[in-house]
Amino acid sequence: MTSTLTISRLTKTFGGLNALTEVSLTVAPGERVALLGHNGAGKSTLMKIILGLITPDGGDISVCGAAPGSARARAQVAYLPENAAFHPALSGLEQITQYMRLRNLDPSGAMELLERVGLAHAAKRRIGTYSKGMRQRVGLAQALIGQPRLLVLDEPTSGLDPVSRRDFYELLDGLAADGAAILLSSHALTEVEARTDRLLILSGGRMVAEGTLPDLRREAALPVAMHLSALNGYESDVVAALPGAIRANGFVHLTCAQDEKLAMLSRISAMSEKISDLDVIPPSLEDIYSHFSRRDGQ
Amino acid sequence: MIARILATAATEIHIARRNRWVLIAVLLMVVFSLVLSAAGSAPTGALGADRLSVVVASLTSLSVYLVPLVALLMSFDAVAGEVERGTLPLLLTYPVARWEILAGKLVAHTAILVVAIAAGYGAAAAVAIITDPAALAGLAALWRLTWTSVLLGMAFLGIGYALSSLARRVSGAAGLAIGLWLGLVVLYDLGLLAAVVADDGGFFTTQVFPAALLANPADAFRLFNLTAAQATSAASGIGGAANAIPQWQSLVSIALWPLVSLALAALAFRKVEP
Repeated sequence: MTSTLTISRLTKTFGGLNALTEVSLTVAPGERVALLGHNGAGKSTLMKIILGLITPDGGDISVCGAAPGSARARAQVAYLPENAAFHPALSGLEQITQYMRLRNLDPSGAMELLERVGLAHAAKRRIGTYSKGMRQRVGLAQALIGQPRLLVLDEPTSGLDPVSRRDFYELLDGLAADGAAILLSSHALTEVEARTDRLLILSGGRMVAEGTLPDLRREAALPVAMHLSALNGYESDVVAALPGAIRANGFVHLTCAQDEKLAMLSRISAMSEKISDLDVIPPSLEDIYSHFSRRDGQ
Repeated sequence: MIARILATAATEIHIARRNRWVLIAVLLMVVFSLVLSAAGSAPTGALGADRLSVVVASLTSLSVYLVPLVALLMSFDAVAGEVERGTLPLLLTYPVARWEILAGKLVAHTAILVVAIAAGYGAAAAVAIITDPAALAGLAALWRLTWTSVLLGMAFLGIGYALSSLARRVSGAAGLAIGLWLGLVVLYDLGLLAAVVADDGGFFTTQVFPAALLANPADAFRLFNLTAAQATSAASGIGGAANAIPQWQSLVSIALWPLVSLALAALAFRKVEP
C-alpha cells in the first residue's frame, strides 16, 4: 500500500535560521510513528508544514496523495495542536458541533464523540471553566471527527494524567487498526516506545535517527552496564579477572559493548562460586534518546 | 460552502451572546434612539414635517456615530483574537476557506447589527407614531435609514476585520479600530469643514469636498439620508453640502463600501500566517 504521508528532503529556514534541513520520512496507513526531539528541534514546524499552515522552502511533500493544505488534504487530515485552545465562551458541545459541521458531518454525533473522550458530563459547560486536561480532551475529540486518514498530534498527552494517557493510546490503537496513519510528537521516549511502531528523532532540524526501538538500540551501540556483588573476600579476585571492572560502593561495576555482552557473561559465570549476585542493566530509553538528540544538535 | 459559513456564523452568535455583545448592542441602540427622539421632538411644529421624519433626521446623526462604533467593537477581535488565543491554526487545518470564515463572522455580526438597529429604530418609531398618528408618513424615510444603516455597519465590519488581520494582536486591533472610528466619523468632518472655511468657495469646496464626502462611508450614509429627506435638511449642518451632490452618487458609495472593505479584509486575512 502507498504511504499516507511522504516527505522528501524538506527544508525550511526562518530568517536565515535552519528550522528543518533535508528531512525525509514516510508514514504508511495503519502505522503509528512517534516524532521525538527536544524543544526547538523542529517538530512543530514539520507538523505545520504537513498541515499546510506554513510553506516549506524546499523538498517534496504529499499528504494523502495531495498537496499539503489543499482542500483534499485537509478533508482527510486531523490535527491536535500542542496546547489545544478554544474560545472560552463556547461549550465543549458547541465547539465540537461547529467542527463537525465544518467537515460537512451531521453534528448529532458530537455528544457521542465527547463521551468517547470522557467529557460527556461537562459537554454543556463553557470551555473557559475546563482544566488543561479537559481542554486537551476537546482537542482529541475534534481530531477524531470523521474518519481522518492521517492524524497529526503535537504532544497529545501533555496535561493528561496516566490513566487518561492509557485511554488515549488505546484510542490511537483503534484508529490505527482502522487504517489511519498517525504521526505524534513527544518529548519522552519512555512514553511512546511501547505504543508506536516506529520512532523518528529530530535534532536541530535534522532527522538523526529512524527505526524501531531495537533498531535504535543497536545503532546507538551504547554499552551495557553490569553490577556484581562478590562474596566476602573475593572482591579483589573478581575485579582482577574482569577487564575494565572497578569497585564502587561495595559493588563491582563494569561496562561492555553490546556484542561482548555474552562473552562477558560466560566469564562471569565461570567464577560463579565467588559471586553472590549479578544485575545486567541495558542502556535506558533516555540514554538512547540523549545519544541521538545530542549527536548533531547542540 | 453555505453549511460551513453557517456553522461559523452559529458559533459567532453563541460567542456574542455569551459575551453580552448582543445585549450591549441592542441596549445602546434603543437607549440612544429613545433619548434622541425625545430630545428631537420639540421643533416639529416649526418645520411642518411629520414627527417620524424629524426622528429619522435625528437618528441619522446618531447612527453615523453609533453604528460604526458598534460594528468596529464587534469586529476588531475577529482575526486578532483567534491568533492570540491560538485557535486559528487548528481552524485553518479544517476544510474551510479563509473567506468562508470571514463570511461566517460577517453573517453573525450583521445579524446582531440588524437586531440592534431594528430594536433601536423600532422603539423610536413606535414612540413617534403613538404620540402622532400622522407620523406614519415618515415610514419610508425610516425604512431607508434602516437598510442604509445595515450597509454602513457592514462597511465598518469589513474595516474592522481588515484591521484585525493587519494588527494580529487584540490590543493593537482595538487601538486601530478606535483611532479609525475617531478619524473617519469625527475628525474627518471637522477637517473638511475647516478646509471649506479656509478655502472660501474655491476649487477645494467645489471639486474636492464633494468627492471627499463620498469617499467616507459615514459621510455618504449621512448625505444619502439627508438628500432623501429634503424636508429635514435644515436640521443638519452638513445638509447644505448634501444638496450639491446627486443622491445616486451617495447611494453608490454606501453600496460599494461594504464590498470594498470586505475585499480588503479577505486580502489582509490571507496574509496572516498562523
